[in-house]
Amino acid sequence: MSRPEDLLPPDLFYNDTESRKYTTSSRIKSIQASMTHRALELLDLKEPSFILDAGCGSGLSGEILSSIPDVEGGPHTWVGMDISSSMLAQALQRDVEGDMMFADMGQGVPFRPGTFDAAISISAIQWLCNADSSDVSPEGRLKRFFDSLYASLRRGGRAVCQFYPKNPQQRAMISNAAIKAGFGAGILEDDPETKNVKLYLVLTVGGGDITGTVGGMQDVDVQDARRRGEKQKRGWEFDAHNRKGSKAWIQRKKGQMEGKGKVVKANSKYTGRKRRIVF
Amino acid sequence: MKLLTLNFLTCARKTCKATAASFPLHCREVELEQVEMDPNPLFIKNMLPRLDWKAMKGLTQELGLPQLPNEAPSEEELQGADGEPTQVLNDLHTLLMETSVVSGKLVCGNCEYEYPVKDGIASFLLPSHMV
Ligand SMILES: C[S@@+](CC[C@H](N)C(=O)[O-])C[C@H]1O[C@@H](n2cnc3c(N)ncnc32)[C@H](O)[C@@H]1O
Ligand SMILES: [Zn+2]
Repeated sequence: MSRPEDLLPPDLFYNDTESRKYTTSSRIKSIQASMTHRALELLDLKEPSFILDAGCGSGLSGEILSSIPDVEGGPHTWVGMDISSSMLAQALQRDVEGDMMFADMGQGVPFRPGTFDAAISISAIQWLCNADSSDVSPEGRLKRFFDSLYASLRRGGRAVCQFYPKNPQQRAMISNAAIKAGFGAGILEDDPETKNVKLYLVLTVGGGDITGTVGGMQDVDVQDARRRGEKQKRGWEFDAHNRKGSKAWIQRKKGQMEGKGKVVKANSKYTGRKRRIVF
Repeated sequence: MKLLTLNFLTCARKTCKATAASFPLHCREVELEQVEMDPNPLFIKNMLPRLDWKAMKGLTQELGLPQLPNEAPSEEELQGADGEPTQVLNDLHTLLMETSVVSGKLVCGNCEYEYPVKDGIASFLLPSHMV
């Protein structure tokens, strides 16, 4: 099966038809929801937070952030960025609670320093590896993204990016860009060596020894960016396999989600509006 | 786009990054909307120290909304002795969370680039020569 990333640029791949298909597929919805829950677990947020969702699409990931009950530290408030107007139109139709921007994360995250408590990106950043025209390179776009993401997070903040690298080179290119931006970085693998393997790039911003101080990251081998010179010399490996019953974990999450009825607001924000956004 | 978010957005152009005038973006010809939302006092409390109050005050002036006090409220003002949310908290909730820009333009004070807003979604996509 060919990768969508190899077929077209994201704004063209996620056209009206594809965006509708994507958003209404119950299989996709459930996968995106469980990965978002996993990302949240890694973020380990204790109270209602301000979160960036990079590559938010039609809001399948973001709506999970809004749905976290107060006993679990939510609900969170999020801002999404996406480059596909069709995906954003789906999000409007579904009346998600987050603010959204039509934007290319490869051009950077336009927020003042220390804006967000956390950031997530679910199934999106591998797209940054595909940009290739005379004036932009994948490296340049990744740099722009991670540098500005780093600045937009508050000290002690975290980002978790679930992504689908095409090959080990892409995986290294992405993680190296994050580390160069200053992040402490680790990759967590769920269901390693299966066709359902899921990679999470776990990023932390500054302040002390990350490894000892963060909860919820016991399975992540965190590398402090400040020691990166020395690590790189030794050939650099920062993966951790989270083998502790990944299957069981996913099942538990599914059960939790089914138990959570989605709250539908009586006051519908965009009802009756034109759905197509054309800039 | 919530007024909360506007208190954090800057111009996306690299050449504007270092200039003070690239924040806050200024609202031009905007249409506002108020949408009721469940209050989230803990979230407001969390965001309060991060707000740029001067920018917030300027924004409400630009938009013709009721005047804000010169100083940001303190955390203590958000909760009454009985633990109930105060009027200050309710006002902040209405302003930051329930008031949003549905359409119009957000303009950089430095380069004057205009970011259009439609259906509540701001476009920050830059032509590549402007990135
Ligand atoms: C598989 S979808 C995931 C959407 C959402 N996070 C979810 O979990 O359902 C990937 C999204 O990344 C977006 N995307 C790809 N490249 C992007 C870029 N450079 N800037 C912003 N969004 C991008 C696509 O438009 C698409 O909506
Ligand atoms: Zn500017």
